Amino acid sequence: MELTRENIIKVAHLARLEVPDERLEPLRQSLSQILDWIEMLNEVNVDGVEPMFSVNQEQMRRREDVVTDGGYAKDIVANAPGGAQYDMFSVPKVVE
Amino acid sequence: MNELIKLNLSQARDKLLKKDFSSVELTSAFIKQMEETRGLNAFITETPELALEQAKASDKRIAAGSAGIMEGIPIGMKDLFCSKGTLTTAASKILSNFIPPYESTVSQNLKDAGAVSLGKTNLDEFAMGSANITSAYGPVENPWKKQGDNAKLVPGGSSGGSAAAVAARSCMAATATDTGGSIRQPAAFCGLVGLKPTYGRCSRWGVVAFASSLDQAGPMTHTIRDAAIMLEAMSGYDPKDATSIDISVPNYESLLTGNVKGLRVGIPKEYQVDGMRSEIMDVWHKGVEWLKQAGAEILDISLPHTKYALPTYYIIAPAEASSNLARYDGIRYGARIEGEDLTDLYEKTRGQGFGNEVQRRIMIGTYVLSAGYYDAYFIKAQRVRRLITKDFTDAFQKVDCILTPTTPTAAFSLDNPPTDPVEMYMNDVLAVPANLAGLPALSLPGGLTSDGLPLGLQLVGKSFDEVTLLNAAQVIETAANFQGQVTQMRKAS
Amino acid sequence: MTTYIEGATGPWEVVIGLEVHAQVSSNSKLFSGASTEFGADPNSQVSFVDAGFPGMLPVINDFCVRQAIKTGLGLHAQINELSVFDRKNYFYPDLPSGYQISQFKHPIVGEGHLNIDLPDGETKAVRIERIHLEQDAGKSIHDQHPSKTFIDLNRSGVALMEIVTMPDISSREEAMAFVKNLRSLLRYLGTCDGNMEQGSMRADVNVSLRRPGAELGTRAEVKNVNSIRFMGQAIDFEVQRQMEILEEGGTIVQETRLFDPVRGETRSMRSKEEAHDYRYFPDPDLPPLRLKPELIEEIRKTLPELPEAKKTRFVEKLGLSPYDAAVLVSDAEFADYYESAIAAIKQQDDKAPKLLANWITSELFGAMNRDNLTISESKVRPEGIAELVDLITAGTISGRIAKDVFLQMWESGESAAQIVKEKGLEQVSDDSAIRVCIEQIMAANAGMVDEYRSGKDKLFGFFVGQVMKAMQGKANPKLLNDVLKEMLDGK
Ligand SMILES: [Mg+2]
Ligand SMILES: [Zn+2]
Repeated sequence: MELTRENIIKVAHLARLEVPDERLEPLRQSLSQILDWIEMLNEVNVDGVEPMFSVNQEQMRRREDVVTDGGYAKDIVANAPGGAQYDMFSVPKVVE
Repeated sequence: MNELIKLNLSQARDKLLKKDFSSVELTSAFIKQMEETRGLNAFITETPELALEQAKASDKRIAAGSAGIMEGIPIGMKDLFCSKGTLTTAASKILSNFIPPYESTVSQNLKDAGAVSLGKTNLDEFAMGSANITSAYGPVENPWKKQGDNAKLVPGGSSGGSAAAVAARSCMAATATDTGGSIRQPAAFCGLVGLKPTYGRCSRWGVVAFASSLDQAGPMTHTIRDAAIMLEAMSGYDPKDATSIDISVPNYESLLTGNVKGLRVGIPKEYQVDGMRSEIMDVWHKGVEWLKQAGAEILDISLPHTKYALPTYYIIAPAEASSNLARYDGIRYGARIEGEDLTDLYEKTRGQGFGNEVQRRIMIGTYVLSAGYYDAYFIKAQRVRRLITKDFTDAFQKVDCILTPTTPTAAFSLDNPPTDPVEMYMNDVLAVPANLAGLPALSLPGGLTSDGLPLGLQLVGKSFDEVTLLNAAQVIETAANFQGQVTQMRKAS
Repeated sequence: MTTYIEGATGPWEVVIGLEVHAQVSSNSKLFSGASTEFGADPNSQVSFVDAGFPGMLPVINDFCVRQAIKTGLGLHAQINELSVFDRKNYFYPDLPSGYQISQFKHPIVGEGHLNIDLPDGETKAVRIERIHLEQDAGKSIHDQHPSKTFIDLNRSGVALMEIVTMPDISSREEAMAFVKNLRSLLRYLGTCDGNMEQGSMRADVNVSLRRPGAELGTRAEVKNVNSIRFMGQAIDFEVQRQMEILEEGGTIVQETRLFDPVRGETRSMRSKEEAHDYRYFPDPDLPPLRLKPELIEEIRKTLPELPEAKKTRFVEKLGLSPYDAAVLVSDAEFADYYESAIAAIKQQDDKAPKLLANWITSELFGAMNRDNLTISESKVRPEGIAELVDLITAGTISGRIAKDVFLQMWESGESAAQIVKEKGLEQVSDDSAIRVCIEQIMAANAGMVDEYRSGKDKLFGFFVGQVMKAMQGKANPKLLNDVLKEMLDGK
C-alpha cells in the first residue's frame, strides 16, 4: 500500500501530531513499507472466523454502585502544565 | 565487586532470613554497583535514599519475623510502572515531569512482599522497541560484549534497562512488561530468565498502557527459582483491572520439582525462520536433548499461522496504542508545548513530546482504525489472531508445552542497529504469537554464540500453567549450566 | 397520522428522529467510584480514571447496567445478552482519555417503542432503535477568563443512556410529547431524574423534510437541546429554514447545528465540522458484557406499573376521562398522590374517583401553579383531599362550599372536617328549613313569581340564587332545586 503525502497529513492531523515538512517523506516511505509488509495477511483465508479482540475474557466483573473514589481535586490538578486555576485545568480559549 | 551482589535472589533471601547480612548492607552494595554501572544508562531515575529507607523497614520486619516473600531484596522497577511520588516517564519526553499520585498494583504487590526498589529502569519509549534505542533518556548498553570486541551492544527491548541492570548486577531482579516480546527478548540478549505470565495473571492497573489486550507484566531474574518467587509476589487478581483474572496464585517455588518425566514437549517446525543462525538451531536442538534425557516426550507439532503473527501484531498493537496514547495531550499532566490555539497545542505537544518510533506506531494505528481501512486491517488482524490462537489450542491437545528459540539472532550492535523498521520488528517474530494468544511464555539462557553472546530458549505453555513452564525451564537450566558455559568460554579465550 | 406543512410549492412532510441522552440515576460513575452528585466543587468528584491518568482502567458499575436493562424493559425493548463497549476516539479538552467509552456495534438494548397521544385522541408508537450506555464528558467553562477555557471533570465518566428513536416523529408536538412521555417513564422507573435544567436529559434532534411519500431528505442534527420548549423552537426554526432552502431549489447540508435559546434559532457549528473519523473499536480494557436471562427476568419483576398501563386502568376501572387519566399519569408523583387519595376515601360512592381526579387536576394543580409549589410541597395531602371529597359525596357540604374549604386547607393545612365544623359550613338538607326560606323569598318577590308562572322559566335561576344567598350557600343544591320547582309550580 503506497501512501500519499496527503494520507500522511490527514492521519497525522487525526492523531494530532505535528509533522515537520522534512519528516513527511521519510514517514510516508516507512509507513508504506510497513503496510506493504502487513499485506501478507491477504494470503490468509479468514472466512467464517470471528475477530478475537481479547483473551481469557469470558465474563466481565461488575462493581457495586458505591462511592469509593474522588474527593482529591488537588491531586487531580497537581501535575497540570502551567498550574491549575480554581482547581481546574486550562487550555487556550475554545470558541464554539 | 562486592560478593553480596553475586548472589541470586533465592540465595539472598535465605541469607537475609538467617541474618547473615542485613537488607541495608545488601541494598548498599547494589546502590554502589548501580552507581558504578551508570555508564550503561540502565536507570532513568535512581532512588537510593528511598531504597535504604525500605531496606531499614525490611530489616525490622525480618527481625520481627514478619518477612514477606521478597523481603529486603533490591530490585529495579521498569519506568512504566507508576510509582507514587516518584517521577514516572515511560521513557518519553511527554511524561518528563509526571509524578504519579498513585502506585501501580504490581509495584505495590512487590512492596507488600518486602521488595526494595532501587529506582526506575530505562526502556524503549512507551515500551515500543526491541533494542532500547527509542528512549528519550538515551539508549541502554548491554553489559555483554562479543569476545575480543569492545563494540557496544543493545540489551534488547523494550525492557532493556531492566535486563541490563540485572545482568550488570546493579539490581537483583527487575520488573518488566511484555507486549510483543519485551520481557523475553531482552532477557535472551542479556543471558537472563524472563517470564511473561498468562494475560490476566498480573494486574495492568497503574502500568502505562501500550496495547491493552497484549500488555502483561512479569519478572526478569537470574534463575528459574528467582522467577518463581518474583512471579508469585507480582501476581494476583485485581478488582481494579477488569481484564485481570480471579484465579488463586500458587506458591510457584514450592511447586518446582525439576521433574519433567512424561511431559509432552512440542517442537513447532514453523519456528525455524529464514535467516536464523545455525548457533540458534544448535541451542534449540540441545534444549530438546536435555528435556528428552530428563524423561520428557518430544513431539513435532505445527503452528501453521506463525508467520502471520508479526504483521497481525503490527496492526493490533499500534491500533490500541494510538488510542491509549491519546491521553497525552498536554492538558492534565506531562509536558505541554503552547500553541496558537487548542489544535496547535495538541499537535505541537504530541509532535514534539513523542519520539519517532512512537509517532510511527500512532500513525499506523490511527490509519488501520480509520474509516475505510478498519475492516481490511484491524478486523482482518483480529480474525487472524483467532487462527493463531487456535493453532496453540490444537497443539495443546497433544503437548503440555512448546519449546522454541526466543529470538532469531543474538544481541546486535548499538551503534549500527537496523534502520529498516520491519527488520527491527523481526526480533520479536518468535515472541509475539504468545502475546496474541495470551499464553504464558518464558525465556532462559540456553547457550552462547561462538563469539560469546547469550542465546535464549523459549517455553510457551497453556493458560495459567506457568508451573509447567517453570519446571521444564528448570530442567534446561540445570542441564545447560549456562554460567558454566560462560566460564569455560572465557577460560578458553 | 401524518401532518403536512403547506409550502408555497406544495406540501412537506416533517421527519424527526431523536437521540436523547439521559443521565443514569446512580451513586457513582459508570467506570469509576467517584460520586455523581450535582453541583460539587470543580474536580472534587473526579478519580484518576475519570481524568485519564496513565495506567488507569475502567471497571463497570453493575447498577448502571441494571438501570439500562430496566429502561429497556420499560420501552418494551429487546435486551441484548451480549453487548460490547467501544472507544470513540476524538480529541477535546473535556474528554480526558482522548476517547469516550460508548457502545457502537452491540448496544445493551435493541428495538422497542414508546406510545404518544395525538391531538385527535389516537396513540402513535414511536419506535426505539436502540439504547446504549456511555460516559459523559467533562465541562468546558468559557466565561471565566478572556483567553482561556477552564476544564472541570466532575461530569466526566457519569453514566448516560443514549436513547435513539427511529425517524417516526412528524411534528414538534409529537417530539415534545415523546420527550415528555419518555421523561415520565424514566421517572417511574427511577432510572433518570429527567432534570433537564441540570443536564440530566438532553436531546439531539434530527430534522429533515420530504415531499409526501418521497425518500428521506437530508437531515440536520441540532445538538444538546436541554428543554422541551427549546426543542419545539428548534424544530420550528429548522422546518422553516429547510423549507425555505428547498422551495428555492437549494439543498440541505448534512451538518451539526446548535440551538441558540436567546435568538430562538439554530446555527451551524462549522468550527466542529472538520471531518470526523471516530475510529470506533472494542475497548480492550473491558471484556464483553454478558447478561444472564435470569438477571433480565429478575429486573422485569421489579418494574413498577408503567404510565400507559396505569392510564388504561384509570380509564377502564375508575371511569376517568382519558384526558384526566393522562394528566394524572404524566408524572409518577401525581399518580402516586391520586392513588393514595383513592385509598383514603371512606365514603362508598361510584363518583368518588372521578370527583377526586377533578379536584386534583383543577383546584390542587391550580393552587400549585399559582403559588409555584410542587405536589410534594402542598400542605393538602392525599388523605385531606379524600376527606374533602367524602364530605361532598356524603352531602355534608356542597361543591361550592367545598371550594372555599379547599382554599383554607391550602393556606392553613387544616383538615376539611375541622374547617367545616369550625365555620358551621354543613349543608342544610332539612326539607322544612329550605321550605321556610323559599316561602319568604317568594313572598318578597310576588311579581317575579307571577312572571315565572306565566312562562318566564329563566327566572328559576334567580330564585335559586336568592335562596342560596339567604342560606349562605349551605342549602343542599339538589334538594333546593326539587323543592323550589315544586313550590313555584304551585303543586
Ligand atoms: Mg448524537
Ligand atoms: Zn451519545
